[in-house]
Amino acid sequence: MKKSALFAAICVPAFLAAAPLAAKTLVYCSEGSPENFFAGINTTGTTFDVTGQIYSRVVDFERGGTQVVPGLAEKWTVSPDGLVYTFNLRKGVKWHSNKNFKPTRDMNADDIIFTLERQWKQEHPFFKVTSSNHTYFDDMGMPKLLKSIEKVDDYTLKITLNQPEAPFLSDLAMEWAAIQSKEYADAMLKAGSPEKVDQEPIGTGPFYLLQYQKDAVVRFKAFDQYYGGKAKIDDLVFSITPDPSVRWAKLQKGECHVMPYPNPADLDAMKKDPNVTIMEQAGLNVGYLAYNTTKKPFDDVRVRKAFNMAINKKAIIDSVYLSTGVAATNPIPPSMWSYNETVKDDAYNPEAAKKLLAEAGVSNLETDIWAMPVQRPYNPNAKRIAELMQADLAKIGVKAEIKSFEWGEYRKRLQAGEHQTGMIGWTGDNGDPDNFLHTLLGCDAAKSGGNTAKWCHKPFDDLVVKAKVTTDQKQRTELYKQAQVIFKEQAPWFTIAHAVQLKPVRKEVVDFKLSPFGRHTFYGVDIKGK
Amino acid sequence: MLRFILTRVSLIIPTFIGITLLTFFLIRLVPGDPIETMAGERGIDPARHELLRKEYGFDRPILVQYGIYIARVLQGDLSKSVITQAPVLDEFLALFPATIELAVCAILFALVIGLPAGILAAVRRNSIFDHGVMGISLAGYSMPIFWWGLILILLFSVQFDLTPVSGRIDVLYYIEPVTGFLLIDSLFFSEDEGAFRSALAHLILPTIVLGTVPLAVIARMTRSAMLEVLGEDYIRTAKAKGLSRFRIIALHALRNALIPVVTVIGLQVGVLFTGAILTETIFSWPGVGKWLIEAIFRRDYPVLQGGVLLLGIVVMTVNLLVDLAYGLINPRIRHTR
Repeated sequence: MKKSALFAAICVPAFLAAAPLAAKTLVYCSEGSPENFFAGINTTGTTFDVTGQIYSRVVDFERGGTQVVPGLAEKWTVSPDGLVYTFNLRKGVKWHSNKNFKPTRDMNADDIIFTLERQWKQEHPFFKVTSSNHTYFDDMGMPKLLKSIEKVDDYTLKITLNQPEAPFLSDLAMEWAAIQSKEYADAMLKAGSPEKVDQEPIGTGPFYLLQYQKDAVVRFKAFDQYYGGKAKIDDLVFSITPDPSVRWAKLQKGECHVMPYPNPADLDAMKKDPNVTIMEQAGLNVGYLAYNTTKKPFDDVRVRKAFNMAINKKAIIDSVYLSTGVAATNPIPPSMWSYNETVKDDAYNPEAAKKLLAEAGVSNLETDIWAMPVQRPYNPNAKRIAELMQADLAKIGVKAEIKSFEWGEYRKRLQAGEHQTGMIGWTGDNGDPDNFLHTLLGCDAAKSGGNTAKWCHKPFDDLVVKAKVTTDQKQRTELYKQAQVIFKEQAPWFTIAHAVQLKPVRKEVVDFKLSPFGRHTFYGVDIKGK
Repeated sequence: MLRFILTRVSLIIPTFIGITLLTFFLIRLVPGDPIETMAGERGIDPARHELLRKEYGFDRPILVQYGIYIARVLQGDLSKSVITQAPVLDEFLALFPATIELAVCAILFALVIGLPAGILAAVRRNSIFDHGVMGISLAGYSMPIFWWGLILILLFSVQFDLTPVSGRIDVLYYIEPVTGFLLIDSLFFSEDEGAFRSALAHLILPTIVLGTVPLAVIARMTRSAMLEVLGEDYIRTAKAKGLSRFRIIALHALRNALIPVVTVIGLQVGVLFTGAILTETIFSWPGVGKWLIEAIFRRDYPVLQGGVLLLGIVVMTVNLLVDLAYGLINPRIRHTR
């Protein structure tokens, strides 16, 4: 009797814990807390998912795609030499407000200049506010690329580059270029608390921030005056849930509507749940094994080719990626424009591999395979893959030792070129092939570290550098297609797989679109039956 | 008594120095730094890396960095998080109430069940009940927290729909923190009737998970302490005087048996904070445990240093209070030294 009374005392509150009635509220079980609200100094999708709801950019990626579409700029023109971009900005774009700030004017060219210059000019009063580590601005080459940013009038902006850069518009559509309010920044600077600009964000996006409690919740409300029209949902809540199995339990119970990064072990149960749909899209990523082409014997293309033929890619995909990966042939994913479908992958053929090694004069080869110590979006289990590779290479008489380091140390040593062969991968930033082919395989990147194969092949580099400064997309496509042919001939990598993005979504969610960049944007999404 | 307190407080100083030394140097022995960790696959240009190291002061000799850190700590400045750029103390104060709320509930849960279970097991020594309690407590003590948490979620939340899965309160309740303790805030500062019930419901599973190990320890400790006391001469005398069984156990035996139990409870505070790291991760509980784990992954030196130091101070303070409580429980103990 006593026991049942105790049980009732504990459980009754749960039965009675009825939720309050709410307007159309969508709950997203996010995987972590945002670092802060200044996208310019962050690199994680977790933060971008939050800032992406609040801020707008000069141009945007289409919802669910990589195509650049108008954002705060209604239209733009590019000079014939590809150096001058003139943006015509929208009129009447309203800013959010909060307890510290009530805007007195609409968005204009000053705000865009402020956002770009605070990341560019060291003498800018906001350059060091929050952090001066403007990762993406620097990584996309903006400091060298930008010559000037001029305000022609309130609604016309002219950006001049030092050299043509075809992916420039795609770069501006990235999260780092989220436009902040100059008026707000000036007010906070005057009040002696400039860091508030990045902590209590004011944007022009479809949702404004209502509340943020670290590691618990990020609460947004639809912005009535959003220039694209009010969002279909009224409230958006990010319920921060780091464990994937717990996210799945919440989704099952209807405590959230959308969840990212499911645990592969839960996928079967998810597929069986009648209330859940698993959305699927080939990710904008690639996982690969880079051969250090500056070290013997991997400076010989025949050895690299022999390795490519010796490793059974299908076995890796079947046993490690399961249903979450497609075999990679080219360094760019098939969903990306300029993907060359005519390129054929090196067929699995251990006998031919042996012959090729003999032809290269290599025998009793001892090498290493570096395997990442962590799971990455493009590689679910590098150590298991390394074991499979090790077994395959043993069949052609190569003794490979598997090596791994702590993740930070691993990247550092790999980028320094300490490996002979090492696994790594990439997730695209802006949907442009340049972001893979030049960033990961260009001669510049061989020096700076991004090109872990340390492969600097002039015919290839000439093509990707030319494509970078060519504005005509048709010509660029042709150049990139040729570059992929050279890549396959020269085999600086063993391309493993493109991981598939899986997103469990409850059936009442309407018109949620997967982003190729793995972002989660909720403007345009609706909820059935509310 | 005053001398005892002063001696104990003075012992805090070397412990404090020890904590700062350990956290400061151990995290720096781990390869990588926050700047590299933030860079991810894209890597970082060595020149920019050096520039940022300089900006954060990581380029200075390590002893100089330690000296600066200690000087700041003594002025109450725990520095800013490298990742969020928010002051460490602010982040700690925002998250700590959640950890305390959970820890208090867990220890209450452990006491409410562990103490009577231990007493009954001792009184009914070698009975099925005794064996049952000891067996269950051993299982509870050995239970991996992560596994235990997920099992409870699957059973009570998903299967039987009795409790919410995770979090501190239903996300649809919008409560601005006043005290930071959600049970208090939802009860006194919220107009939503269901908010308190929701907060209470969200506490059930994390409390059970976090309270399991202390419960097992308290039950076992109470049993052994009670058994020892029940064999004492004065208990036999009490029985001979014809006192009721309840009076003998509750007033004569329990009071003396509680001394080692109180010590264990004090030590469990440290265990609770350790357990909170995993419990908070499973139940998306926004407390300091999860915050510290993330700081390790991201090499957020200031957060780790400041967070561990503050938690260390809390554990030391609780243990001091426990020592002082001995005198109240048993007047035979006098703190003279």
